[in-house]
Amino acid sequence: MWDYSEKVKDHFFHPRNVGEIQDADAVGDVGNLACGDAIRLTLKLDNDRIVDAKFKTFGCGSAIAAASALTEMVKGKTVEEAEKLTNQDIADYLDGLPDEKMHCSVMGQEALEAAIANYRGYEKAPSEEGTIICKCFDVTDKVIERVIRENNLGSIEQVTNYTKAGGGCKSCHPDIQQIINDIRGPAVAVAPEPKPVKKMSNIKKMQLVQETIEKEIRPVLTSGGDDVELEDIDGDTVYVSFQGNCIHNATSKEKVRHTVEAKLRELVTEDLVVEEAT
Amino acid sequence: MSRTVYVDNNATTRVADEVVEEMLPYFTELYGNPSSMHTFGGQLHKKIEQAREKVADLIGADPSEITFTSCGTESDNAAIRGALESHPKKRHIVTTRVEHPAVLHQCRQLARHGYELTEIAVDQEGLLDLGELRAAIRGDTAIVSVMHANNETGVVFPVEEAAQIAREKGAVFHTDAIQTVGKLPMDMSKGNIDMLTISGHKLHAPKGVGALYIRRGVKFKPLIVGGHHENGKRAGTENIPYIMGLGKACELAKKYMKEEQGRVKSLRDKLEEHLLTNIPNARLNGHKTLRLPNTTNISFEYVEGEAILLLLDEAGICASSGSACSSGSLEPSHVLMAMGVPFTAAHGSIRFSLSHYNTEDDVDYILESIPPIMKKLKDISPYAREIEELEQKAASTANRG
Repeated sequence: MWDYSEKVKDHFFHPRNVGEIQDADAVGDVGNLACGDAIRLTLKLDNDRIVDAKFKTFGCGSAIAAASALTEMVKGKTVEEAEKLTNQDIADYLDGLPDEKMHCSVMGQEALEAAIANYRGYEKAPSEEGTIICKCFDVTDKVIERVIRENNLGSIEQVTNYTKAGGGCKSCHPDIQQIINDIRGPAVAVAPEPKPVKKMSNIKKMQLVQETIEKEIRPVLTSGGDDVELEDIDGDTVYVSFQGNCIHNATSKEKVRHTVEAKLRELVTEDLVVEEAT
Repeated sequence: MSRTVYVDNNATTRVADEVVEEMLPYFTELYGNPSSMHTFGGQLHKKIEQAREKVADLIGADPSEITFTSCGTESDNAAIRGALESHPKKRHIVTTRVEHPAVLHQCRQLARHGYELTEIAVDQEGLLDLGELRAAIRGDTAIVSVMHANNETGVVFPVEEAAQIAREKGAVFHTDAIQTVGKLPMDMSKGNIDMLTISGHKLHAPKGVGALYIRRGVKFKPLIVGGHHENGKRAGTENIPYIMGLGKACELAKKYMKEEQGRVKSLRDKLEEHLLTNIPNARLNGHKTLRLPNTTNISFEYVEGEAILLLLDEAGICASSGSACSSGSLEPSHVLMAMGVPFTAAHGSIRFSLSHYNTEDDVDYILESIPPIMKKLKDISPYAREIEELEQKAASTANRG
């Protein structure tokens, strides 16, 4: 069991401000079911001052506690004051969070950012801007850069604890390391563990790709209403066609493509690239 | 906390009173080293052999086929490494994707050091496809390691049939039977299993003792080398109190297995049926019947597992979860993922594993405690609408029925 502070436990067992403000002036949604946690923050404002805040959270004990703490922290603040809150402020308010759970405080900060962006009429919160680095958990370079600077992080493991980035298929580890190097300098860099190289015949590769799609990938995709069909394999490029919910949305297609590619790289060979058949 | 209901027996079990009683003299009165030449220590050699007979008797083995170890993990590691060392020209390993880390991580580490590894998948009910296993075993397969029952779902694999396939193809067959020894009857004298892992603390013996069954004639090289203890199969001065405890626990399991497992199964079934019937977002993970009598793994869709565990803990109920947030990992249980359990369910999985010490009152208490916990988390969840849809669907199904 995690070593939670008394304050984390108090906010988990007795969460403050649970619910949704029906005529909210600001709404911030972050996370999703697949990632394992999500927050919906709603705010009521009066002359740029937050007069009420409510939350709904799907997540673990510290995710619920972080959201509850956030609502307490922002009430009474102006928008300008609120947007200065950092994830570390949320963690400090709770008398700390386990290292592995710091991403819950970052998610609270992102929910606040998203709500403020919504209040100001922006399409995207600052945390949603930038380039997606971790496709498993949808984390951008901007978020990674910010948590590294604000929390003085120096390793991929710490970045994962704070943002979840790099906690899935791990294919983004070199990119995360590069961001760390750019900010902190290569002196603190930890070289990623070299991946084993597998030698495989073309026939074996094709068999394994087919089997992996059938037995490992399809059951997971279809449970979420998506699907892919294997169309062709040319060298290390696997061509698939998309089916189900994802065909209507380019972002969903990219997510499915990435899921398929990550699984094939994990279970067949790391050289594979998945592309949509034309 | 008013009471404690312990239903996490696949993690560890309470040491039986009779086992403690059996062990005590070996800490204070009979503390000698069985390798010593004097009578005070040397007499203990006979005691170890008596305990070995009890362990062998539980699984239908010959005492000479039992090697005592420090734990189940050591037994698993020793079995796999021992088989590979004994067949140096064979470089291929076959296992399943749902093994305990004691097997899976060992195999993956070997794969990083030049061995070739094939991990067999399971279906959506957690069952193993023997045809797939047969196809995976090759001429250069040194060892096939397939668990007897899964620790998370309780799903039981057909290891006798798997062992027969391995034997036909010339590979050594090992099974991690940590969850089944003492719960299911087994007879090593009649089958093809070459090696089998036992862990003390899963059958009311203490932590820190295990055993490895090695069929007579199977080639084996020890993982731990040193003195000539355990017939040269595992060096290290014998942990006599714990070995005596394991022997006693095996004796008790043999004596009460049939009656006790029937009773435990009826409690488990009551718990499971009530949860699946009365909690609309509950679904079973694992095959309906091919399961250990004490285990049920249930997912509560759209609710997160660690949050459930914390509220269960507040009520004094000790269970476990395969949710990502209950561990250092960010992905839910590898077992549930291998079964294709959707994310909506995998994040909210809870395992209840019962034992000899659970009562009907315990089950009733869990059944009383769960609904308010689910309501509390549903009220907090942004997915309340999805849960309500499941509730409406369940209600309309019940009305039609």
